[in-house]
Amino acid sequence: MLTIDHLVKSFDGERRRRRGKQSEASVARVFAVNDVSLEVNDGELFTLLGPSGCGKTTTLRSIAGLERPDSGAITVDDRVFFQTNDRGRAVNVPANQRGLGMVFQSYAIWPHMSVFDNVAFPLQVRPRSKRLSKREIGERVGKVLETMELGKMADRQATKLSGGQQQRLALARAIVIEPSLLLLDEPLSNLDAKLRESLRYELKRLQRELGITSVYVTHDQIEALALSTHIAVMSAGNVVQLGRPRDIYQNPNSRFVAEFIGTSNFIPGIVRSRDGDRHTVETTDGRLALDSTATLPVGAEVVVSIRPEAVEISRTSRGGEVVNEWSGKVLTRAFLGDSVDHVIGVGKNELRTRNNPETSIEPGTTVYLRLDPGKLALVPVS
Amino acid sequence: MATATRSERPPRRLTVARGGRRWWPTPKILIGAGVALGIGYLAIVPLYYLLWGTFFDDKGFTLSGFTRAYGNSRIGELITNSLWFAVGAAILALVVGTALAYLNVRTDVPFKGLFFAASIIPLVIPGILYTVAWILLASPDIGLMNKAIEPVLGPGFFDVFTVWGMVWVEGLHLSPIVFLLMVAAFRSMDPSLEESALMSGASRTTVFRRVTAPLVRPAIVAAVLIMTVRSLESFEVPALLGLQNGIFVFTSRIYLMLRTYPPDLAAAGALAGGLLLFAVVGVALSNFIGRAGRTYQTVTGKGFRPRPLELGKWRPVAGAMVIVYFIFTVLAPLAVLLYTSLLKFYQPPSVAAFKSMNLDNYRALAHMDKATTALKNSLFLGVASATLVMAVMAIAAWLVIRSKIPGRQIIDQLAFMPLVIPGLVLGLALSFVYLRSPVPIYGTIFILLIAYCTRFMPYGMRYAVTSMQQIGSELEESAQVSGASWWQTFRRVLLPLLSPGLVAGWIYILVVSFRELSSSILLYSPGKEVLSILIFEQYENGQFTVLSALGVVMVLTLVVLVFIAYKLGAKIGLRDG
Repeated sequence: MLTIDHLVKSFDGERRRRRGKQSEASVARVFAVNDVSLEVNDGELFTLLGPSGCGKTTTLRSIAGLERPDSGAITVDDRVFFQTNDRGRAVNVPANQRGLGMVFQSYAIWPHMSVFDNVAFPLQVRPRSKRLSKREIGERVGKVLETMELGKMADRQATKLSGGQQQRLALARAIVIEPSLLLLDEPLSNLDAKLRESLRYELKRLQRELGITSVYVTHDQIEALALSTHIAVMSAGNVVQLGRPRDIYQNPNSRFVAEFIGTSNFIPGIVRSRDGDRHTVETTDGRLALDSTATLPVGAEVVVSIRPEAVEISRTSRGGEVVNEWSGKVLTRAFLGDSVDHVIGVGKNELRTRNNPETSIEPGTTVYLRLDPGKLALVPVS
Repeated sequence: MATATRSERPPRRLTVARGGRRWWPTPKILIGAGVALGIGYLAIVPLYYLLWGTFFDDKGFTLSGFTRAYGNSRIGELITNSLWFAVGAAILALVVGTALAYLNVRTDVPFKGLFFAASIIPLVIPGILYTVAWILLASPDIGLMNKAIEPVLGPGFFDVFTVWGMVWVEGLHLSPIVFLLMVAAFRSMDPSLEESALMSGASRTTVFRRVTAPLVRPAIVAAVLIMTVRSLESFEVPALLGLQNGIFVFTSRIYLMLRTYPPDLAAAGALAGGLLLFAVVGVALSNFIGRAGRTYQTVTGKGFRPRPLELGKWRPVAGAMVIVYFIFTVLAPLAVLLYTSLLKFYQPPSVAAFKSMNLDNYRALAHMDKATTALKNSLFLGVASATLVMAVMAIAAWLVIRSKIPGRQIIDQLAFMPLVIPGLVLGLALSFVYLRSPVPIYGTIFILLIAYCTRFMPYGMRYAVTSMQQIGSELEESAQVSGASWWQTFRRVLLPLLSPGLVAGWIYILVVSFRELSSSILLYSPGKEVLSILIFEQYENGQFTVLSALGVVMVLTLVVLVFIAYKLGAKIGLRDG
């Protein structure tokens, strides 16, 4: 469906291109996007996730045709949108001929038009030969507005809508031409927390129902986990890890990914032995057994990522019954409503744990921590 | 499943959807190039010809124009007069304007409504009318103020035909502009800076001295420079007040040189060059200081207003000062025009004078061919220049703000260049151009149209750029992604969103075009007079009563226009720099 091949965009690329020094690597270049390749299959909701400045928005805007990459290729359904050859010459289809749908971060709803006109616009500006009749445009827009539950608002001034309605209007406008690919640039970031959550499910339901292939950009990891079929975690212009939400959460391939997605405790150590997936890691605070598909050689330096909810704590020891049991002392605790967080001192390290609200232990108490081998992740030290 | 290792797979053979299309100039490129060329032509060609006309005659390069202009014994006096007049007016405007701005923004002074009524004065009373009004008030022979105090202080106590008189009239006329500039400066200052000084234990006066004053200093210096440049460029005041007693400044000297026969174009050009140099240095300095000021001036977007300073027992004093200011800048000049317009001949107020009042002057005006022609010409020039300028500047603003065309900043700078060129210098430069032009433009109304478009281009640009900046680029990008071409995007998304700003700019240009005198005076020909020229002519003929009637009509028209512009939400006064 969508294929991106070795996409590169540097900040001063525009100037370099004009000077014809495009491939000159001698001068240090600052990359917004540095050699990104990915593929999105039909019907997927593919998320580009990363902190600000990681290149996710630049990648999305390159797909849309709003940025001109320095090199690489972008193809949708075997239609080449962008491609450079060896001499630096490029195929570059203008944004207005790509036929994509896009929802902008600010929604970019035209304030001087009614709700209807906003949605009808993409149909009205088609070349005359392909333009639908007025009646057909009306029917098509009506249907889309109905889907978005905006049917009654058609004649309203677009600026008179609430935040959530504006968001749905932006989406309606993006899908009215039935684009092959829908691009969403942090579409939920302008909403308050409650509304964001409900619209997240709304968006997921719509995307799955319409089966529309989507590329979604966000810096919100919860949003990415909740919505996506696949996630590409980006950092400094690169794709760091690519996979299904569950894989990325449970088996981060680097400390960056583990830190960026969710909260985690990191304990450094060395792989002592390996038996299939079962690794034994020697840490400063004792041995840990864990299961990991990351096949690391014996003697490799690693970091063990321990999610707060993977730690079970209790006042009593279960001794030799379980694999990983450490003891420590509760330093502080915090009641968060649906859970209780404890910070526990283990040797020189501090571990954050998250448990159900029934487990609440006084600071100063000695406790036993049990770490489920299946829930620990092994992260190589790069 | 998608994996990170995909990048290693050999690139697929790709089918190119769109074949090699032959390059063809799109409307975007054609329109953009046309706009850039037009702006460049208006901004550069007059200056080029001005230099050429000054340094070259039939025999080639020469400095004789400079020798004639600067070689006589009175040149020292000319420069002294010019600077004295300009700096004096600037300081008067600054002191009055800043004091009023501080009172208005930071204290509980009464009559705050009067401030903004006074602030539109430079817009609704053209300089020529304002000067004439002050002649009627403070001329040593016929001035009403002199008549009023004659029993006490003897005849001719006030004399407006001196450098001091010139400073007074110009300074008062400029003071509302300083007021608006300083109001903006005081408002943009974060009040918490002052409050934290208060919390540190400083007294109110210490806070003003150590915190407030240093923070607004860049604005003050910039204002004084801009006002000095404007006074240097001023033509009305020196021509009407200075020439009477032989007090020459640059502008009036240039005018006189061109008025005598044969006109000495080269010498006038040399003087114009000197004036242009002063103006450029002043504007460059004020820009430099403005930029340096930004480095430490903190501007916050918070709409929080501090509690105004309570004046206490000084409140009535401050209130009285405001009223006196209002009387001098607004009430007296307008009242004297209205009074004169109702008289058969000019005389001091008396029972007989009030009894003789009628509307004959207005009736005479309605039947005067020259007045209707002038009105038609003024309207045509105002509407045509406003429309042309705003249409072109809307595109130019897009080129400068949104396009990625290399050198787009040059368009911006070219469009602002005429701001530095004094009106009289522009008039002279354009006559250099079109006296030589094979196209018969000289002597038609179109040379005035070219002058007006050039002079008002910077204003139009500022309105268009400000509006363009307020439109998020995503609004435009979403139209592009929706499939709209450049022209469709411009027409259906940008233009409707820009239109309030463009209309405000249009009205502003219409308003300022009515008061334009200094370029027109060198370019008009009989039958092509505009209203301000007509007033100038009537003054020279001593027709004060008809002139006043014309003035009243003009002020009323401008008040209506400015009111409409205010309703459109344009901060007109602030654009006036």
